Amino acid sequence: MKANYSVRSRKFAVSLLISRRAFWTTVFFALITIALAIVSTGMGEMKISPAEVLKALLGIGSPQSALVITTLRLPRILVALLVGGAFGAAGAIMQAIVRNPLASPDILGVTGGASVTAVAFITIFQSASIFLLPFAAFAGAILIAFVLYLFGWKRGLGSFRLVMIGIGLKALTGALVTIFIVLAPQILTSKAMIWLTGSIYGTSWTDVSLILPWFLILLALASICARHANILQLGEEIALGVGSRLSRNQLCLMLICVGLTGAAVAIGGAIGFVALLAPHIARQLVGPSFGSILPVSVIAGSFIVLGGDLIARTAFAPLDVPVGAITSAIGAPFFIYLLYKNRGR
Amino acid sequence: MTSLPTNQLWKWFGLFAGILAILCLFLASIVWGVMNTNWQTVMDAYLHFNGSNEQIVIKDVRLPRALIATAVGISLGICGALLQALSRNALADVEILGLNSGASLAVVVAMIFFGVSSLAQFTWIAFAGVAVTGVLIYVIAASGREGLTPLTLTLAGAAMAALASSITYGLLTVNQQTLDEVLFWLTGSVSGRKLEYLQAVFPYMASGWLLTLMLAKPVHTLMMGDEIATSLGQNTRLVKIMSGLAIVLLTGSAVAVAGPIGFVGLVTPHLARRLVGPGLFWQFLYSAMLGAILLLTADIGARFLAYPTELPIGVVTALIGAPFFVILAGKGSEKR
Repeated sequence: MKANYSVRSRKFAVSLLISRRAFWTTVFFALITIALAIVSTGMGEMKISPAEVLKALLGIGSPQSALVITTLRLPRILVALLVGGAFGAAGAIMQAIVRNPLASPDILGVTGGASVTAVAFITIFQSASIFLLPFAAFAGAILIAFVLYLFGWKRGLGSFRLVMIGIGLKALTGALVTIFIVLAPQILTSKAMIWLTGSIYGTSWTDVSLILPWFLILLALASICARHANILQLGEEIALGVGSRLSRNQLCLMLICVGLTGAAVAIGGAIGFVALLAPHIARQLVGPSFGSILPVSVIAGSFIVLGGDLIARTAFAPLDVPVGAITSAIGAPFFIYLLYKNRGR
Repeated sequence: MTSLPTNQLWKWFGLFAGILAILCLFLASIVWGVMNTNWQTVMDAYLHFNGSNEQIVIKDVRLPRALIATAVGISLGICGALLQALSRNALADVEILGLNSGASLAVVVAMIFFGVSSLAQFTWIAFAGVAVTGVLIYVIAASGREGLTPLTLTLAGAAMAALASSITYGLLTVNQQTLDEVLFWLTGSVSGRKLEYLQAVFPYMASGWLLTLMLAKPVHTLMMGDEIATSLGQNTRLVKIMSGLAIVLLTGSAVAVAGPIGFVGLVTPHLARRLVGPGLFWQFLYSAMLGAILLLTADIGARFLAYPTELPIGVVTALIGAPFFVILAGKGSEKR
């Protein structure tokens, strides 16, 4: 028995090496998440048993529960999975490039940037197609990434300084979001509010179709780039030494990361700390190889948002708490712990 | 290097010019706004009051607003200077260190769970929130191998801010009614506040100002390091406790009146240092003066940036202060 599974192509420059343990951990974790998704679909105002949910999904359930599940519950569950997965992947990529355990798109303000342009897009171009929304969010995220690059990149990525710059950028983007919310007509205010905390309340199949292509394409690209990310994780000198085209690879991975963040923010708003937590969980479970971290981080992200959303909509029923409030309540203490652990770097 | 007397003279002159600027901005703040008024109306409102809309606006809305902006600006400015001196951290600020979010959380919790709605109680709750958050952040930042460094303090504050504000927003979504009541308070604003609000907290504010100015010399000694200060015969614990008290008084009263307003105390000490050099007494004075100027300007800006809608003043100060913070953070650690 081999200790590793490898995916290689003779034609294209693709190589993924996944250890047996990591592979089975991933499968196991994925199954748990799917189970949670099924249970979660059944939870709510109208309780539906997991077996009934499965039946409804297969098209043999009672028409009543099938209606509730397919039109109301399922899109929200899928959005939770996709948004969480996108945040998880973005976090994993960000930490691979930046090599700073405190870095993640939300801590560094990239999520905030995406929120600003998303809110601006909604308030200014009220009649524009909603399918352009991810592009708007993407533009904002890129802008913040560029500012980060300008201020932090070349003078040492690993330091706390990048995090400090991120804190400032977050405050700035928060102020800008508030401006757009104040300027927005009354009916849009509640819609725009979700970008402050992050919520997947009232999502529909449109939202699923909005984020799905971004998620799939960018995740495929990220897998293709996995070998570059692995080398980048070793540090810039070593990466250069083994012949990696450093700047190009950094830029590619960064664009993927920013794209995933933008897509996730466009649907779910700035759901805090998911992108920070997921890669840390993944690293604990499967070790440092990026090929294994990426899928586990995606699953972990999905799991967090799904679980957080389940708590958010059931614990305070009939009210719907924004999922971002739940994830921040978990994530912020973890951030403090990370600070504590990484001091002196 | 100029000789001392001239130097001193310039400092007094600067202070005088600053107070003049505050007066001008104060008057501008009373006259300019969505409802157009002129100097004559202002004069008449006090000399020949006839009950017209313009005169009522000036008496009941504009004047309290200008007074509150001035008082809160002074408090935040002087508090920022004290915080930065004490933590030896050029990035310290009530917003960044999470004190604002702590106070907000305390007020929201009190409103929801204890049905508190009067301002007198708000004040005490805001004080308590600031005190508890401050102690927590201090403990988090100081625990561990390296102890308290400027960076750990800032990061611990940022994490606390994230935690507190997420809980606040969570609570508010659950209690929609409270949300409507406090949303405008939460973004920070000096408008729509009655003069009584200011009167209620003014004693605390003023004692905070005086205490801070009295602390200028001891804190300056403390800045040289705990060991040196102790060997010079200073009771360092007392100085620290008094400073903590001053910070709680200033932040608590400012938050109670105007809600969480960030970044004023971040920007002003830097400008003050540029203008008057390292002496803390003058830094505190100048920082207070600049705080009032900044907040009055921001308040006027808040009326016109999104005309005719009014922006929360906290947004305007964040627009000014956050880029400043980013640039400082980008520069600051080059030495590291």
